Amino acid sequence: MTKEELKTKLTELVPTATFDEAGEWLNVLIDAKDWLPMAKALRNYFDLQFDYLFNVTAVDWKTYLSVVYHLRSTKLEHVVVVKAKIADRNNPEIETVSNIWRTAELHEREAFDLMGVKFLHHPDLRRLFLTDDWVGYPLRKDYEDPLNMIKL
Amino acid sequence: MEESKNIIEETPKVPLVETAVSGDAAFPGTVVQTPGGGVLVSSIDDVLNWARSNSLWPLVFGTSCCAIEMMSAASAKYDFSRFGFEVTRASPRQADVIIIAGTIVNKMAPVLKRLYDQMAEPKYVIAMGACATSGGPFFYNTYSVVKGADHVIPVDVYIAGCPPRPEALIHGLITLQNLIKKGGKRERITIEDFKK
Repeated sequence: MTKEELKTKLTELVPTATFDEAGEWLNVLIDAKDWLPMAKALRNYFDLQFDYLFNVTAVDWKTYLSVVYHLRSTKLEHVVVVKAKIADRNNPEIETVSNIWRTAELHEREAFDLMGVKFLHHPDLRRLFLTDDWVGYPLRKDYEDPLNMIKL
Repeated sequence: MEESKNIIEETPKVPLVETAVSGDAAFPGTVVQTPGGGVLVSSIDDVLNWARSNSLWPLVFGTSCCAIEMMSAASAKYDFSRFGFEVTRASPRQADVIIIAGTIVNKMAPVLKRLYDQMAEPKYVIAMGACATSGGPFFYNTYSVVKGADHVIPVDVYIAGCPPRPEALIHGLITLQNLIKKGGKRERITIEDFKK
């Protein structure tokens, strides 16, 4: 499907979605509350069939957080990038997609470890890279560590 | 002829046994010509230091991008085994020198310390690259990098570069060899310092 067809199809699924033109793939901006039904549709609908989730990242925009999913379809060969905005910075939560795409298990653990985004109903949400007793989420913009970090 | 006379007059008196510290660091001792051949006169320290420096086996320890340059120095084009670094041993018990090639993060620091403790004396340490020297590009604003491997173990030779070229690594290795041949005494923190 071309970008235009994808745009119309995705607006049917999630009416409040907006699009932006950065980068080579179609970017869809949604709210975190709409993510789970959209994810199921992206995987299962016959003309979408996004079966390869190749990246899950979290981004800190100072006033809010967002989680970015990169999806590709190996059968229909189109790519979409979904940016889910999480408005509440103190308690960021979003539904997990690890039962839709299995690779999201580890990616979401990493996003939780470094940014503190809680993935609801994740089978095993715990720290991945940092030690288990680490306090805080280092990749946030407001992370302070006077012992290790030398500020420039 | 006149030049050589001046050199003979100006040369200070050398002791009977010319050690590496006073004389030629490349060759341990002096050869005394006797009928029927020559006799090499030296001190045991000299011969041992010369032997050690020409056969330093490094420990396999590459954490990050400097390891690629170390591998490149080890393979055919630059080849540090012609200087004696013939085999890189995976076991610290069999290695003489540890070339810290790469970034040391907080999680890796106890591992590095344990490997260093497991090496048998005499052991030497080379900090290769900017990350092992001082934290390198990760000196500012990072929560996880040890700002220099010498926070963990005592280092003999530092090599600058990010990453240093294979020639720079070989220069550092030769510097270590000369350091060993000259006696190798450097300040190291020993347990006696803590007992005071």
